[in-house]
Amino acid sequence: MTKNWVAAVEQAANNIRKRVLGLTIKQNGCYLSQALSSAEILSTLYLKSLNLGPSEAAFVPGAFAGVPGTPNGHPAGHGGRYNGPGNGDWDQFIISPAHYAVVIYAALVEAGRLSEDCFDSFNTDGSTMEMIGAEHSPGFVMTTGSFGQALSQAGGVALGRRLKNETGQVVVFLSDGEFEEGQTWEAIQCLAHHKLDNVKVIADVNGQQVDGLTKDVMNIEPLESKIRAFGGSVCVINGHDPVAIDEALGQSEAGKPHVVLCYTETDRGIPLLTPRKPHLHYVRFHDDAEVQAFREFHAAM
Amino acid sequence: MLESKVHNRNLVAWAKHHPEVVVLSGDLTGSTEIAGFRDAYPDRFFSMGMAEQNMLSFAGGLAREGYVPMLHTFAVFMYRRALDQLSMSVCYPNLKVRLFGFLPGVTTPGGVSHQAIDDIGVLSAIPNLSILEVGDATDVETALDPIHAIDGPVYIRMIRGEIPRLFPADEPLQFNRARVLSTGNDLAVISSGVCTQEAIGAVAFLKEQGLAVEHLHVSTLKPFDDPQISETLGRQRHGVITLENHTVLGGLGSRVANRIAEEKLGVRLIKLGLHDTYAHGASYPYLKAKYALDGAAVIAAAERLTGQTFDLNGSLPEVTATQQNLRASEQLEAL
Repeated sequence: MTKNWVAAVEQAANNIRKRVLGLTIKQNGCYLSQALSSAEILSTLYLKSLNLGPSEAAFVPGAFAGVPGTPNGHPAGHGGRYNGPGNGDWDQFIISPAHYAVVIYAALVEAGRLSEDCFDSFNTDGSTMEMIGAEHSPGFVMTTGSFGQALSQAGGVALGRRLKNETGQVVVFLSDGEFEEGQTWEAIQCLAHHKLDNVKVIADVNGQQVDGLTKDVMNIEPLESKIRAFGGSVCVINGHDPVAIDEALGQSEAGKPHVVLCYTETDRGIPLLTPRKPHLHYVRFHDDAEVQAFREFHAAM
Repeated sequence: MLESKVHNRNLVAWAKHHPEVVVLSGDLTGSTEIAGFRDAYPDRFFSMGMAEQNMLSFAGGLAREGYVPMLHTFAVFMYRRALDQLSMSVCYPNLKVRLFGFLPGVTTPGGVSHQAIDDIGVLSAIPNLSILEVGDATDVETALDPIHAIDGPVYIRMIRGEIPRLFPADEPLQFNRARVLSTGNDLAVISSGVCTQEAIGAVAFLKEQGLAVEHLHVSTLKPFDDPQISETLGRQRHGVITLENHTVLGGLGSRVANRIAEEKLGVRLIKLGLHDTYAHGASYPYLKAKYALDGAAVIAAAERLTGQTFDLNGSLPEVTATQQNLRASEQLEAL
């Protein structure tokens, strides 16, 4: 049984990498390295660990209808309906780093929640499948493109759910750069203070940001001891290991928010990218020869 | 007549019938008059500490779950420190979050770090957000119902401590409707917040001098499409004076100027308020005189508009009474 779901997750992760590489070639530019580092995390969440319930949104998303508060605009949290009802016993899954949108869309396809055909509209004018998603985009329950805000919002959701005696968890997918934002630490402090142990955080610690390696741009380590000091419980795992991801998410300590630190690699599965590390925040190819090399790699995936 | 801690007792009574309302405090529970709520409804009161960015986003999460969070802190910490969170976690999704911002303008001796002199201007640029400002005990008592009816975020510029009752208790604040305190066609005075008390004294004086003065008290600053304001602006012989406890950029005066231009009302305008300057820490009576936010400034503006000269002769009883308002000892209770 374990073997079956692990194989399915690994297949989904491979499909995510292939799909995002294909988009990167087609559009000559995409958030590719984010897909490579988080493919197993998001596949494991959507296919195994989360208790989401069926999608409540259209398999093929419609065009962008307008921002919340405008006539006929999308209501708040619209894109989150792809993640199921998010109430009662169901988990609510919240994406913090909106730059991972393409990975989220690709994971939704793997989970059978989104049509793969709609990738034709990815990052095109008038589409909800924006390159940096907001809460009208598939999979996004919140608008979080400014880093560090989702975890605090998740705290409010978790408190609301506790007040309503709902048993589902609030699971937040975080990127490691967000540990540079002061608000992230305000949030962990607050979650611990209010004993919001229905919040679980899963962070893609890929050690990379726009300017280079996180350790060179603004060192965030040691994360594990810092989070413990702020009142959280922590698991440190290999973020490419589906079994480790699932087991770590299942752990918790009473009265504490639980954080899973997934250490990952930004070139995972596509060694052609390795020489360009650490400048992989947004991958764009430089010349025809490079495009051809990646095309051939893509075809063989 | 001064009344004490109006919001403190009013919120307790009002919230009894609104179980969906929760209150968040930014470590200023006594200072923002929510100790009564905390004691009456401990299960609906949440301490957020000195972490305003978290508090603003946290409120968005609560609102998504169907609760109506009422955030209480000093205005500067709400809109300056946590502006991105206010915009992205609360206003973009158009959530029912209520932001009670205390210590408006120069009403605090807390100095530049505590004086919200540009909140209305800054927040005017934020879509989906409604903005209100209260000016007396009746406003404070009756603002909660119209605010609660707004299906989106609301910022309320609040006053605290010992505040005057200027308007009859049975005439509630109405959303997007100015209070008409006096009518006339020589000149109009349009005031907001604590400035209305100042203006009342000045208007009374000007009427004694034989001028027909129209006086509006504005409590809704966004939206700003109350037809009463255009109607008043359109029939003034000498001009219009706005008086606000705020920079004249982006606040009441700017809105009135826009209205005059957009509707081709062709009336002269004098904007009284802070003129592109920060203030500093001192008493309210000192600051309002220094920065021309008082009744004397209104009378001086009326002289400019009418070409007449008025002998003040120290006779502005209402203005004098104001100086008892926000007593220094009370203001210092908690900064």
